[in-house]
Amino acid sequence: MSSQEQAAAAHVHRDDVGARMGMWLFLFTELILFGGMFILYSVYRYMHPDSFHLAAKELNTIVGTFNTAILLTSSLTMVLAITAIQRKQKALSIFFQLITIVLALGFMVNKYFEWTAKFHHGIYPGSDTLLAKPTGEILFFGLYYVMTGLHGLHVIIGVILIGMMARLTSKEIINSNSYVKLESAGLYWHLVDIIWIFLFPLFYLIT
Amino acid sequence: MEHNQEVHAEHSHGYGVYILVWLALMSLTGITVAVAGINFGGLTIATALIIAAIKSFLVLKIFMHLRSESVTFRAFVGVAILFLLISFILLFSDYSFIVRN
Repeated sequence: MSSQEQAAAAHVHRDDVGARMGMWLFLFTELILFGGMFILYSVYRYMHPDSFHLAAKELNTIVGTFNTAILLTSSLTMVLAITAIQRKQKALSIFFQLITIVLALGFMVNKYFEWTAKFHHGIYPGSDTLLAKPTGEILFFGLYYVMTGLHGLHVIIGVILIGMMARLTSKEIINSNSYVKLESAGLYWHLVDIIWIFLFPLFYLIT
Repeated sequence: MEHNQEVHAEHSHGYGVYILVWLALMSLTGITVAVAGINFGGLTIATALIIAAIKSFLVLKIFMHLRSESVTFRAFVGVAILFLLISFILLFSDYSFIVRN
């Protein structure tokens, strides 16, 4: 091997800014995915304002507010995990990542109870109770299940992703010198938080 | 490598800033819930959306580290959000125009 080849082998190409830009590009597609549904929501709410108000009263504001607080706190612990790894505090970083996962699971447990309660009242897509309601309310609950359901799916993916990051951190593949993977997982997690920031007032707080 | 480490040092902020932002986000959530009980008529939705936009701005700038990114990077994100907003406004104004006529 010539000395030039050796130098090439030793040089590891790395572009953290490019990696983050790639993650943001993916997040833009997520914005379009949810954005389309927000437009659908706006149009249907404009068509059926009274039904939307009536249907929204069925949702539990306390559970919604509690879940908002959980997600905001999990965003905090995620960003703290990045700060910890930057400061070479590996154990603390893993701790914050695990707390983020626990909070995300807590969010899903609340969602589970919330949806189960709705099912008990006979409100689920295609149920007789729901189909007997006015069109506007059927549309409201259709959007509610699709939008919060898709958001919930993102939360589950986030849990898996952060779990993988915690493993990589413990193996020191993510370390104080190279942590762009953790940053990207964080970007994804914060986007999931931002989507909830809009879902919450639009579904739970129509009075 | 040297350059990368410099960038990393710039990215590192204290824990305190994040906790302050989190407190602001929690307070804004409290305000949204409290304000939702008051009827401002058409302004009720506007108030909720403005508060949500402020919260999103805080998350984007501080939690998603946009404040430490380069101008090019911020323009890249800004343009995407701008066009999303334009498509929202155009689609919805077009729709409401059709309905009124």
